[in-house]
This record gives sequence, C-alpha cells and structure tokens, in this order.
Amino acid sequence: MRRLILIAVPYIWLLALFLVPFIIVLKIALSDAWLAIPPYVPTLDISAGWAGFKDFLSGLDFENFIFLTEDDLYWKAYLSSLKIAAISTLFTLLVGYPIAYGMAKAPDEWRPTLLMLVILPFWTSFLIRVYSWMGILSQEGYLNQTLMSLGLISEPLIILNTNAAVYIGIVYTYLPFMILPIYSALEKLDASLIEAAEDLGCSRLSAFWLVTIPLSKQGIIAGCFLVFIPTIGEFVIPSLLGGSQTLMIGKVLWEEFFSNRDWPVASAVAVILLLILVIPIILFQRNEQKQREANE
Amino acid sequence: MRRFSWFNATSLTLGFAFLYLPMVILIIYSFNASKLVTVWAGFSTKWYGELMQNEAFLDAAWVTIKVAVISSTIATALGTMAAIVMVRSGRFLGRTLFSGMIYAPLVMPEVITGLSLLLLFIGIGLDRGVLTIVLAHTTFSMCYVSVVVSSRLVSFDQSLEEAALDLGCSPFQAFFLVTLPIIAPAVISGWLLAFTLSLDDLVIASFTSGPSATTLPMKIWSSVRLGVSPEINALSTIMIGIVTIGVITASLVSKSTVARQQREERAAERLSAG
Repeated sequence: MRRLILIAVPYIWLLALFLVPFIIVLKIALSDAWLAIPPYVPTLDISAGWAGFKDFLSGLDFENFIFLTEDDLYWKAYLSSLKIAAISTLFTLLVGYPIAYGMAKAPDEWRPTLLMLVILPFWTSFLIRVYSWMGILSQEGYLNQTLMSLGLISEPLIILNTNAAVYIGIVYTYLPFMILPIYSALEKLDASLIEAAEDLGCSRLSAFWLVTIPLSKQGIIAGCFLVFIPTIGEFVIPSLLGGSQTLMIGKVLWEEFFSNRDWPVASAVAVILLLILVIPIILFQRNEQKQREANE
Repeated sequence: MRRFSWFNATSLTLGFAFLYLPMVILIIYSFNASKLVTVWAGFSTKWYGELMQNEAFLDAAWVTIKVAVISSTIATALGTMAAIVMVRSGRFLGRTLFSGMIYAPLVMPEVITGLSLLLLFIGIGLDRGVLTIVLAHTTFSMCYVSVVVSSRLVSFDQSLEEAALDLGCSPFQAFFLVTLPIIAPAVISGWLLAFTLSLDDLVIASFTSGPSATTLPMKIWSSVRLGVSPEINALSTIMIGIVTIGVITASLVSKSTVARQQREERAAERLSAG
C-alpha cells in the first residue's frame, strides 16, 4: 500500500502535467486554426459520447504538417537551427577542451576551486549571462571601444544582431556543459600512458593526438551532445543577440504562437522539432550507456 | 609530476577570463553614474536606489521568490519520491514510461514544455497566474531533483535502513531517521537546483503565466529587448551576488559535513578497534 502511494503520486503528477499536455500538443497540431477561444477546431465534446469522439477524430488531419513542408520558412528554420547548433558545438569544443585540459593538469589542490569556478556561472541566471554580452558586443559597446582605443580598428565592428553574436552567446552559456564531461574524462587519464608514448618516440603533440584525444573521446562526445541538443531549440540567445536574419526554430515557434497566434501551426512546429531531437538524444544515451559499461 | 606548463596556465587564464569578464563588466557598470551604459561617469549607487523605488520590479521579484520557494519545495518532495521509486521499487507496471517521463523533461526544449503546459491549462480552464507557473516549474524541476537524489541513493548502503527496521523502527521512521539524514546533502542540493531553475526560467513562465503574474525574468526580458540599461545591470548584480553567496555557502557547508562524517567514522573505528 505504502509502495503504491509512493509510486502513484509522482507518476500521476507526471502523467497529468507532462504526458497529457504533450498529447494535447499532438492533437492541436492535427486540428485547424479557427477564430474562436480556444483558436482551433475540433474540440473534444465529451458530453456527446462516442459520436462526439468520432466527430472529433474525423476533424483531425495532417494539414498543418503539409503546410510546414510547403512554406520554406520552416525548412530553412529547422536547417539553420541544426547548422547554428553544429557550428557552435564545434566552437564550444575548441574553447572548452584546452580549459578542461588545463584543469586536469592543474595541481591537485587547485582543482576543487577550478571546478567550482566552472560550475558557478551555471547557477547564475542564464538570461543575465546572455544579457551581459549585449553591452559588450553592441556598436558603441566595450569591445569596440577597446579595439578602437587600441587603434586596431577605425570603424566599429557590427557584431550584435548577427549570427556571430549568437555563436559567441552559445559558446559562452554552454561552455560549462562542455568542460565538465571532458574534464572528468581527462582527470581519470593515466599520465603514465603519455609518458610511455613519449618514451617510445612520440613527440608531445603526437602523444596528445594519439593517446590523450582518443582516451577522452567519451567526454568529448558527451560534451558535444550536451551542447548540441539544447541549442537546437534555443530561444533566448537568438532573440537577444541574433538579428532578423537569424533563423532558429525556437524563435519561429515563439513568434508563431505569440505574434501570429496560430496554435495549430505552432504545435506542428513543436512536434517536428521533437522528432528532430529524437536522433541525437538516442545517440547520446547510447554513448552514456557505453561509458557506464566501460566503467564497470 | 610534470611542471604545470605555460600552455595550460594560459588556457586556464584565458578560459576563466572569458567566463567571468562579461559578468565583471556588468557589475562594474552597475555602479556607473551615467545613464549611458557604455560611458563611465564616476561611481554611484543611484541605480540600486531607483531599483528599490521601482514597484513593478519589486512586485515581480516577490512573485518570482514565491513561485521558486513553493515549486522547489514540492519538486523536492516529488523528485525524492520518484528517485526512491526509480532506485528501490524494482519492476512495476509502466516503469519504462515512468523513467521516460523523468528523463524526457531534461532534454525537452523549453518552448515545447511551455507550449504544451499552456495548452493543458487552457484546455481544463485553469486561470493562468502564480498557480500555473508553480505547477509548470514543479514538473520540470522535480525531474532534476530526482536525478540528483537517485545518484546518491544508488551508493547508499541499504543495510543501514534494514538494521533500523530490525531494531523496531516503522518503515516511515526508518526513512526519516536513517535514510533521509544520509541522503540529505543530495536532497538539499536538489532543492537548490530546483530553486535556481525556477528563479532563472523565462520561457516556461512566459507561456504559463497570465496577466496577473509577472516574474522577474519576464520583467527583465521585456526591458532588455529595448537595450542595455543601468537598472538591469544593478538588478543583475544583486542576483549574481545572491547566487554566489549561496553556492559558496553550500559548498562550505557540504565540505564541513563531509569532514565531520569522516571524523565520526574514524572515531567509530578507533572505538571498535580499542
């Protein structure tokens, strides 16, 4: 009995507030937009019984999905989200790996502090961290001021409201997600392996390529997924730092819902976004599984 | 051991400069006397004063704290229960679905979580406001809590609880007197995580709140869209300060707890050896 309550309470909560809402999204994605409250038909009329249910089912169709394939805005948004996510994941890796490597090589007594310094930004507001870059990157911002006073440039660089600013914002906010798994892989790495490679005639650089990188592969893969997956649906960064030409699907969904008030299309966008995310999520879990098995 | 090389020192310095410089600049310029955020015109705390006069911000701050405290507390209770179910309950009907629902919100884009919850609230005719934000935040943060707590539960020695049961505790007592104190650090860090997630959330709150309730991130969002302002810098500085103090305190507390536990264990060993 006690066990039943223990299982039932969180179970019912998740069913009611996670699974059911999701089914509603799926249902509305198959409905038509209508000038009403709520702004879509058909609605399920429970009082009409079975006949009402049949009416409801016959009112559903794939029109919204067909609409998404016809309007190339959506294709472009999905593709450009994938592209932005892939490029910024690569940049995050290039920035994060040396930091993780430096942390793993740092003296033992520094490591807890360094680790804390990486985790601390993760606890500070995401919105504030993105916002802090607006002042730096804007035309009269701190970066341009510094570069101009150093005489490196004569005209201010236009960075804010371009894709470059979006990349910087993503690298900055997701950096801890990249550093932590790579650090934990590098920390476990046995230093004598590298010494052995060098004794056997490897240069330091080739020892790094042939020993360190392959042995930290799991950490690299985990870090890349941890950056790539949430970036695809990102909304705040492209809206604050990106420009009008920055096309990302999270932003499209938001505008479809709040500006166009087209709920069925917004729902259909959400369903396809999830389908796109399924593949990287499954790959990520496989990688985690492999890692667990390797540790055992 | 190899000497700490120049390359590593440089990459650490540059890396941490990159992580912290934006926030340091933000904090410095929150004390700028000028309304123009990029021109330094002397030290002043007037923006903090103006912030304290701004009713809209204070209201939003109050709503945010209320939502964060309530939702993280419920989420901690539900998440701990879910963690116990995941680690201890063995097989039961629909277990796969259950663990799926625990892990899915962790990777679900916020726009989708927000949209789906909003559609649910409208579907059942629930007025949007503080209550709906609390429900939404509880749902996604309980999953984080359950991941944190279950990683602690896995390494927990179950024989301790069995011993308590053998010595006449009811299962309820055994949980509160033995298990809970041992997993408490994980439960507390789960609560803190849920609290900051709620404090920080913009997207889900925007979808699930109504005109009666505006949270601080929503308020910041609407003013930030118009550009950088010294008032927002001041507000950000306060929020960064609170989080920094909280995280450092939490880590010091957990460090001293670990040290105390080790001392007690050593004392127990000495006793049993002597």
